[in-house]
Amino acid sequence: MKKLLSIFAVVAFAFSAHAGTLDDVKNRGFLKCGVTTGLAGFAAPDDSGEWAGLDADMCRAVAVAVFGDRSKVEFITTTGKSRFPTLASGEVDMLARNTTWTISRDVNLGFEFVGVNFYDGQGFMVPSALGVSSATELDGATVCIQTGTTTELNLADFFRLNGISYEALPIETNDEGKENLFAGRCDVYTTDASGLSSTRAAAPNPNKWLVLPEIISKEPLGPLVRHGDHQWGDVVRWSLNAMIIAEELGVTSENVDAQKSSNVPEVLRLLGVEGNYGEMLELSNDWAYQIIKQIGNYSESYEANVGPDTPLEIARGLNALWTQGGILYAPPFR
Amino acid sequence: MNEMNEARKPPVATTGIIGWLRINLFFNWTNSLITLFVIYCLYQFIPWILDWTIFSADFKYNYLGEQITNQEMCSRNLDPENGGACWAVIYVRFYQFIYGFYPKVEVWRVNVAYVMLTLALLPLLYANLPYRKYFLYFTYIFPVIAYFLLNGGLGFTEVSTNKWGGLLVTLVLGCTGIALAFPIGIMLALGRRSKLPVISMMCTLFIEFIRGVPLITLLFFGMVMLPLFLPEGIDMDGLVRVLVAVTLFQSAYMAEVIRGGLQAIPPGQYEAAKSLGMSYWRMNLLIILPQAIRISIPPIVNTSIGLFKDTTLVIIVGILDLLGIGRGTLADTNWLGLSYEIYFFVSLVFFIFTFGMSRYSLYLEKKLKTGINMGAD
Repeated sequence: MKKLLSIFAVVAFAFSAHAGTLDDVKNRGFLKCGVTTGLAGFAAPDDSGEWAGLDADMCRAVAVAVFGDRSKVEFITTTGKSRFPTLASGEVDMLARNTTWTISRDVNLGFEFVGVNFYDGQGFMVPSALGVSSATELDGATVCIQTGTTTELNLADFFRLNGISYEALPIETNDEGKENLFAGRCDVYTTDASGLSSTRAAAPNPNKWLVLPEIISKEPLGPLVRHGDHQWGDVVRWSLNAMIIAEELGVTSENVDAQKSSNVPEVLRLLGVEGNYGEMLELSNDWAYQIIKQIGNYSESYEANVGPDTPLEIARGLNALWTQGGILYAPPFR
Repeated sequence: MNEMNEARKPPVATTGIIGWLRINLFFNWTNSLITLFVIYCLYQFIPWILDWTIFSADFKYNYLGEQITNQEMCSRNLDPENGGACWAVIYVRFYQFIYGFYPKVEVWRVNVAYVMLTLALLPLLYANLPYRKYFLYFTYIFPVIAYFLLNGGLGFTEVSTNKWGGLLVTLVLGCTGIALAFPIGIMLALGRRSKLPVISMMCTLFIEFIRGVPLITLLFFGMVMLPLFLPEGIDMDGLVRVLVAVTLFQSAYMAEVIRGGLQAIPPGQYEAAKSLGMSYWRMNLLIILPQAIRISIPPIVNTSIGLFKDTTLVIIVGILDLLGIGRGTLADTNWLGLSYEIYFFVSLVFFIFTFGMSRYSLYLEKKLKTGINMGAD
């Protein structure tokens, strides 16, 4: 099926390959952005039907960069299976859909990952009552694990490396894993750390559950566009980078107006006071200023959607700036 | 002497409630045991479900009297010992469940369409409706009106189908799929029984191919491959592509159901029609099909109910129907963990529609007396 889909994707791509996505978007008057059908903290409709989340903010940031208006975006819901054909056929201009950047997707499927907006990785969740503080203490535990996924292979590797044993309880869906863990049929549930956090938040009593500190796999999630349209790829890439650089420079949605008279050269370049970076991207010169003004910097988006103050309570961890112990890093704005 | 003529009453044990109970529930030992067991189960289950869904449930306010705006404010999350279902999530999200993301200023159009749908269905459902003829005219033009009303055009602002969702999508898919599949199914069924080999072969091929693949495959086909067959520059709407797939799927099944009905018609009926000099179409329209469809009512309703429920599969291609909106709600950090309430609500809505269909088919069967053997009729 996967192979078949990728063939579809390539064929669809061949038919729809035309340069100038940016011009298409401008002519159409709004951005079409592919998101999940609902994933806590990343993209989900709120009570008024507006899409909210880290990925939804990414879409809005690009819409702001192009149009200066956060509402000029249409969210197209895609599933794990339909996301790639939808992007390849040109039905969406970009995907911000919790997609792991891998070599095969980047090269073979003909997409271009323009950056990483969330570093995820496989983790473990246990009941606090188990009295375990590290995954290396899990010798002999029963582990709920989704079959046929990379998480299954990662798990086997991790336990073998540490010379400890486990008993697998195979499950099919996230919901099933949740139910089994809450009912005590397994001691440990393992999946991506962001997924564990939302599972924990959905528990009747979240404090009874503990996400262990070990992360045993790399899952860099980021926005992607079609191969071959580098101008459009640049717009999306620098919309993300602008948010990260703004955090680095301490520019927030609140102080962005005051920062326009800052004496830091990079701030002035970012906000379009100096230089003609907007022109290079074929955008207005205050595109980054508008992103920060209307969406906020990376930290603001993170804290509002998945951060420690939300029910998901995901600590910054790897997603902190490189200067603060994380690996979030954007090339310089010059 | 007069007393002698008075009829004696039948024994108490065979009439009235007691008699009914004896015959139906306590006829013998096993029967009585099963009855008691079922009563015990109901006794355990009914108070609990009533308590959870109604008496201890939060509808808009929690037990502290605050209006609920997120899952933490639900009574059962504030105090696990206190409180049942938290229906506030349905209350807050009701708009999305019914209309999806349809713009609020334009939503009257959907409401008008819902009312018109009811009016359009009335003459189809009740033959004794007064002024039925005029209602029927309305039914024929309703699809056109509904298209412009929901989608836009003719002075209405355009609302892209991407903004449709919830019950609206479920009904559009269900109704269009069932309504279009019926005539196509009849043509396919007649075609498959045709004596012209080309027509019969084409119909058989179509039916066998569509029935041979799962609906999900067809949905992917509609979503991914269909645009490739269209000339460049023509964009086919996502919902339309799904509709094409759903209709193809349903018509193949409908064709086989109707073919089943056709085969039950005795050859004498065909011969009688032909001996009266009727043409192929007149014979089918006036003699064969009315009888064939009449005996096919139960399976027709059966496949229709099946399709109505299968429409939930469109989530696979990223269209948010009623169930999709429910799942989307569960992904909102404000409403995490309320899966019981949401799935209960969604299944209730589906049950109301499918149960309605099934009761209507029973009414129709009774009215048309489908049980009677045709040959001896």
